[in-house]
This record gives sequence, structure tokens and C-alpha cells, in this order.
Amino acid sequence: MPEEMIPPKKERIPRTAMPEQPAQERRFNFREVPLGYSEDQAVLEASRCIQCKNPLCIQGCPVCIDIPGFIKLIAQRDFRGAIRKMKETNILPAICGRVCPQETQCEVQCILGKKYEPVAVGRLERFIADWERERSGGEIEIPTVQRSTGKRVAIVGSGPAGLTAAADLARLGHRVEVFEALHKPGGVLIYGIPEFRLPKSIVDAEVHTLERMGVRLHMNYVIGKTETVDELLDRFDAVFVGTGAGLPWFMGIPGEDLIGVFSANEYLTRSNLMKAYDFPISDTPVLPGHNVATIGGGNVAMDSARTALRLGAEHSYLIYRRSETEMPARIEEIHHAKEEGVDFRLLTNPVRFIGDERGRVQQMELLRMELGEPDASGRRRPVPIEGSNYVIDVDSVIVAIGNGPNPLVPQTTPDITTRKGGNIVVDEKTLMTSKEAVFAGGDIVLGAATVILAMGQGRQAAQSIDDYFHTGDPHQLASELRSALQDYLKRYPAMPEKSVHAALHELEKAVVDEQVGGNGKL
Amino acid sequence: MNKILVHECIGTDVYRMVIEAPLIAKKRKAGQFVIVRNDDTAERIPLTIADAHPETGTITLIYQVVGKSTAQFATREVGQYLHDVVGPLGHPTDVRLYGTALCVGGGIGKAPLFPIAQAMKLAGNKVISVVGARGKDLIILEEEIRVVSDELIVCTDDGSHGRKALVTVPIREILEREKVDICVAIGPTIMMKKVAELTKEFNVPTIVSLNSIMIDGTGMCGGCRVTVGGETKFTCVDGPEFDGHKVDFDQLIKRLDAYKDQERVAMQRWEHRMEQDMEARRERICRLQAEIDKARQAAVESQPKAS
Repeated sequence: MPEEMIPPKKERIPRTAMPEQPAQERRFNFREVPLGYSEDQAVLEASRCIQCKNPLCIQGCPVCIDIPGFIKLIAQRDFRGAIRKMKETNILPAICGRVCPQETQCEVQCILGKKYEPVAVGRLERFIADWERERSGGEIEIPTVQRSTGKRVAIVGSGPAGLTAAADLARLGHRVEVFEALHKPGGVLIYGIPEFRLPKSIVDAEVHTLERMGVRLHMNYVIGKTETVDELLDRFDAVFVGTGAGLPWFMGIPGEDLIGVFSANEYLTRSNLMKAYDFPISDTPVLPGHNVATIGGGNVAMDSARTALRLGAEHSYLIYRRSETEMPARIEEIHHAKEEGVDFRLLTNPVRFIGDERGRVQQMELLRMELGEPDASGRRRPVPIEGSNYVIDVDSVIVAIGNGPNPLVPQTTPDITTRKGGNIVVDEKTLMTSKEAVFAGGDIVLGAATVILAMGQGRQAAQSIDDYFHTGDPHQLASELRSALQDYLKRYPAMPEKSVHAALHELEKAVVDEQVGGNGKL
Repeated sequence: MNKILVHECIGTDVYRMVIEAPLIAKKRKAGQFVIVRNDDTAERIPLTIADAHPETGTITLIYQVVGKSTAQFATREVGQYLHDVVGPLGHPTDVRLYGTALCVGGGIGKAPLFPIAQAMKLAGNKVISVVGARGKDLIILEEEIRVVSDELIVCTDDGSHGRKALVTVPIREILEREKVDICVAIGPTIMMKKVAELTKEFNVPTIVSLNSIMIDGTGMCGGCRVTVGGETKFTCVDGPEFDGHKVDFDQLIKRLDAYKDQERVAMQRWEHRMEQDMEARRERICRLQAEIDKARQAAVESQPKAS
């Protein structure tokens, strides 16, 4: 495709740096690390965007945000317009702007990034969401809710997939109720991601917006125990299962049951959800660790190692069996972890944990690795270096090697088919499970992935459920046309979108008119 | 929901609480538990559901004060609400017609044992119950358990009630005199360990109910993990009941100790707070008393003198 002509003056503006809490200060508190752009900084960064005719960034986004669109409005200081444009496609921008791996999604596609640095899409998304919440002078605008359809949908799980599905379905006029097992809503957004990356007040604000849209949330409600999916189907017309990857994996090495060895889920739940950093004002404690080792290389591992510092660890190790380039964590998190003093032991694998007579972990034995041939995931396989074992002192270990799908719903709903490993199997297009009227999305389907992918599936499922309610309606034909158009656009991105949308609009209108004309009623 | 309807002391540091929980009452089967929180900063703790009444939408919890959270529980009043109650969690007891069921309850374990003994009786089993405690004040639910048992033996460590013996003594006698098809033992971890070792000698399948430390209670954190038959299991979703002959009790006993220091700190703070509350109350009473005295004095002085 033709190289975009970058006007010369753009190259003189470097990517606007994000103000941050200094590393030596922030490793002792739980406040947010990135402080956010000021209005002037945001406008400056937004002006870097060259408004490509064929924006590749949109294609990188799992929910297809109109990125150049909202950025242009920021550059014009129309902040209200920008947040409205953002919310056409993304209802949780305050969260996405903070946790999305933009470097592998939108920003990696940025044309400006080919020669210079990409536009800071994530930081601008965060800016505009925060502006609405904090500086717009009013409450967060709720999207228009359509007329009530009389249909009722049950959402199981109030994590990113469930909240997105709930918001979209509510917008479409359906009655939505969300069932959450824990005592606070948000799922991984509240128990998994720490306060210093995602303040809980933001999650509360987003949930509050949902309530204002008419969504009802039930806490302390375990679907599979308090009520089964079959019982829900007696009261609801459709069910969406977004129960997530809530089954911690352990390594299966000796000593894993010693006191002081935690799954990342346990460690982070104690700290984030139960506020163990406030013990004894909060009743839930977490074992104080002076030498803490975290095993893993993803965002959860970074969160754990950094939380350990904030809980008072003098030494926080990060043990990962591959090298830094293979680490799946977000680059910003790796960077922040290093700045805060996390001791990265890469190409290192744990062998066993050694405890004392009281059953508490005191040391762990490590083995050095080197990279061999690539394995099934495409990454080079780590190979042990025989005899390179050594021992370090640890009094807390966090196992952050991943999670499997939570088994409660499949176990109590036998006609929901799962894959080996427990993930729910769904139709690729409709996200319906093997059980009629039951849909699923997020980590329970994909395996432990990202917040934005879960949101993308929540969105897809909401549309699919809406279509399901309209089966046989002209709306279904229109939605089939819509997805055909999206496929077409993916294959021929050069096609001017405006004219395609106009054509679709005409087609939809014609189909609906025909149905009305045909039998006098819709 | 979660309103406290009944709250009474039924033994030394042992309380019975009935709360409104219609959804849980409807679903609950013997052996299951709930996770409760007292207020917004409280920890999540598991408590066995001792009883449930679907018709009135209530569940009964019987608990012992062992630390700050349970001590705080004991101060809640009828008409107040618990902050969070979630359940029913865990697998129900596998109740069926075994033949002769030996039900053993030690200490507060008698609370979860009673509904199981009751269910075993209803399933047609001959039920022999052995209950034990340190002393008379901790023998709870004696009459309730007697009613559902074909035979009941009560023992106390100090001999203040029933036989002076540990539960293992009458159990051995029973196992030596007749064939027992199933044993259910619930109580302090060391008691369950000893009972399981004993029943193993006689090849009697034994179910125990474990009291691991829990955080979420829905299988998502692994904090409650135990080793059963060499495999890692989660007490909250794979249990709370397991094959007593396969549980690594020594490991469980060690793991239960994990937060001993923090538990002590929390309890000290709580007791200090209670003392301060009492002090504040005493001071207020003194002040009020002084004001009453003053007012009375003033009233007497202002009365017209009798002529």
C-alpha cells in the first residue's frame, strides 16, 4: 500500500512523555504510577496524529474504536465530542486506556511509528475517559438506552466480558441482571489488577454507570451453587457466561504446599480485593515477605512482584524460564517493575521449595536455562543447563504461571460442552455454547487472555444475543449484512468506508421497508 | 437478606445464629457451608450451615469464638444485618444407605455433624453417635443428636459430663464389637487424624470435613489446598469432605498455623477496642449519674420550705 506522506513538521514533535510517580517513591505506595496527561499535553499528542485515510490502527483494535476520530476531536479541544466518539464503540475507556497492551494492538500499526514513535493512543484514551469522570463538571454521560424489548438476559460474572455484554444489551433495550460470586463487582478488574495500575474507584464509577442504565447487579451469588444455569433459563430468555479464568495453576514441584507459597490469585486477592496492605484495619492479612520470589512472565507476574515491594519486601525476585523478549507482559509493566527494583532472574526455573520444621518456606532451588528450538507457541523452548542449580533465600513465593477456566458452571451444567482443559466451546460467530440460549465469552472461552479481548467477546455476544432474539426478523438479515460488510472491509481496507456504510444503510432500509410493506406489520 | 433473626449463646464461646437467606436455604444440603463477612473491612470466613429451613427461608450457623472475626460476630444483635453471605458452597455429604453409620463429633464439629447424622438416619442407616469435648459447657446439641441416633455416647476430657475419655476410646469399643460400614468424623483436626488412624485399622471407610483457611471459597485462589492421596485438592470446591484415610493431616495442621501472629495482633486490637468501649461506656454512665444527682439536688433545694 502507498506510504503515507508524513508532513515534515510532525517529525519535530516527539511522543509526549507520560508524567509518572518517581520509582523510588511509588514502590512504597499503592497510588497510580502513570499520572495522566494534562489537557495541553493531550492536545499536543493528539496533534501528532496524521489522520491517515486508511487507518491501520482501527484494525489492530479488538473493538474497532474510531481512533483517528476521537483523537482529532481531542486535538480540536472538543473533549466532550471525543468521549462521545470513544463511547460509540468502547464503554470502558478508563479501564482500557490503562490495561490494554497497545504496543501489540493499535500503536504497533501506527504509520508514524514506522519512522518515529507511534501516537500514544492508550494515553489519549485514558486522558479523555478521566476528563469525563473528573474534569467535565458533570456526571459521566450514559449512552442512550433503546425502548424496552421485554427480553431478559442473565450475565454470569461481572468481569470485563460480563460488564461489556451487560452495557451493550442494556443499550439495546433488554432487561439485564448480572450475577457475581464475590462481594464486589469487577472480577479480575478488582481482585487481580492492583490499585496502582487500575484504581478501584474507576471500576466503581463504571459499574455505577451501568446501574444508571438500568442494569441490576447481584453480589454473593454463585451461579452453579446458589442457582444453576438451568434455573436461570426459567426466568431469563438468554444467559451469558463470563466466569473467567479463575483456577490457579501450580507447578507441581516439591514444597509447593509450604506456608508462604501462594497462587498469584490468592496473593493479589488478599492485597487488592481484601486490602491486606491495610491490615489490621482490614481484617484479611497477607504473610509479610522480606524476600519474595514471583514465578512467571506475564502481567500477573509483574503485578505480583510489584505488589510484594509495596507490601514491604526488601527483595522482590522475578523468576522466568525464558528471556525478556518472550515475556508476554505489557512492556510498560516490565519497564515499571525494573525501575522499582524488581530483580529479574531470567532464563531461570524453580526446582523445589525448601521449608523449615514449621512448614514455612525458607529457600528455593533454581536452575539456569538456555533457549533451544521453538515450541508449539512459536517461542524458543527453554532447556535446562545441567548442574547450574543454586539456592536463594525466600520467605514468600508467588506462582503466577497462568490460570485455567473456572469449573463451576460447566460442572453444574452438563450440556455445556468444554474442551480438554475446561474452556467452554462456542460457535465462532455467535458465541453460543452447545446449550440453546446460553452464550459465553472472555477467559472462560479463550483461556487466560486480556481485558480487551474479553470485552470484545462481551460485545460480540451482546450483538449475537440481540440477533438471537430477533431471529426471523428483518433485523437479523441486516446484522448478517453488517457482518458481511465487516469481513469485506477487512479484506479490502482501501474501500472508502463512508460509501460502504451509506450503501449498507440503504440496503437495511430497503429490507425493513419490504418486510413492512409485505405483511403490514414488523 | 442476611438479617439476623436469632442469636444466642449455647455453650462456652459457642453461639447459634439464625439468618434470613432464602436462596441458600432452598438449595442447601447437609455438609455445605457459607462464606460470611461481618462488615466492609471484614475477612471472608467459612461457617458450616448447621441447619436450613426452606419454608421460612432461614439458615442456622453455629460457631465458636476463636479469633477477632468470630468475636466480632458474637456482638451482632438480632435485627442487624450481616454484610455478606454467600453459598451454599462445597459438595454435600454423600448420604446413602450404608448400613451402620458411625458419626463422630468433637468440639464445634458437632454442629455440622448433626445434620449429617440426621440425614444418615433418614436414609435408613443405623446411626451410632459419639460426641466429645473438653468439658460439659462445650457439649452442644446433645439432645438433637440423641434424637437421630440409635445409640449416643457422650465423652468429655475432664469427665464433667458423660464418660471421661477421648472419643477414640468408645470408638475402638464399637468397632471391636460390631461391623460399621461408614464413619463420618468432624472436629478438631487432630481429632479427625486420630479417628481416621483408628478406623483404618478396622478398614472402615471414613469421611472427614476439613477446616482449611479460605479466602474466596469458590475455587479461584487455591489458598485452601490440601493433599489427599498425594494429589492437591481445594477444600472449598473439591471438599469440604474427603477420604479421611488419604488426607495429609500433618500438612493441614501446619498450614492452619500460617497466620498465628496476625491472628494474635487482630485479637489484641479487638480486645483493646472492647476495653476502650467499656471504659467509654462506664465514663458516660458516671457522668449521667452525676447529672441526675445534681438535678435531684436542685429539685430538692428549690422546693418551698414546709412551714
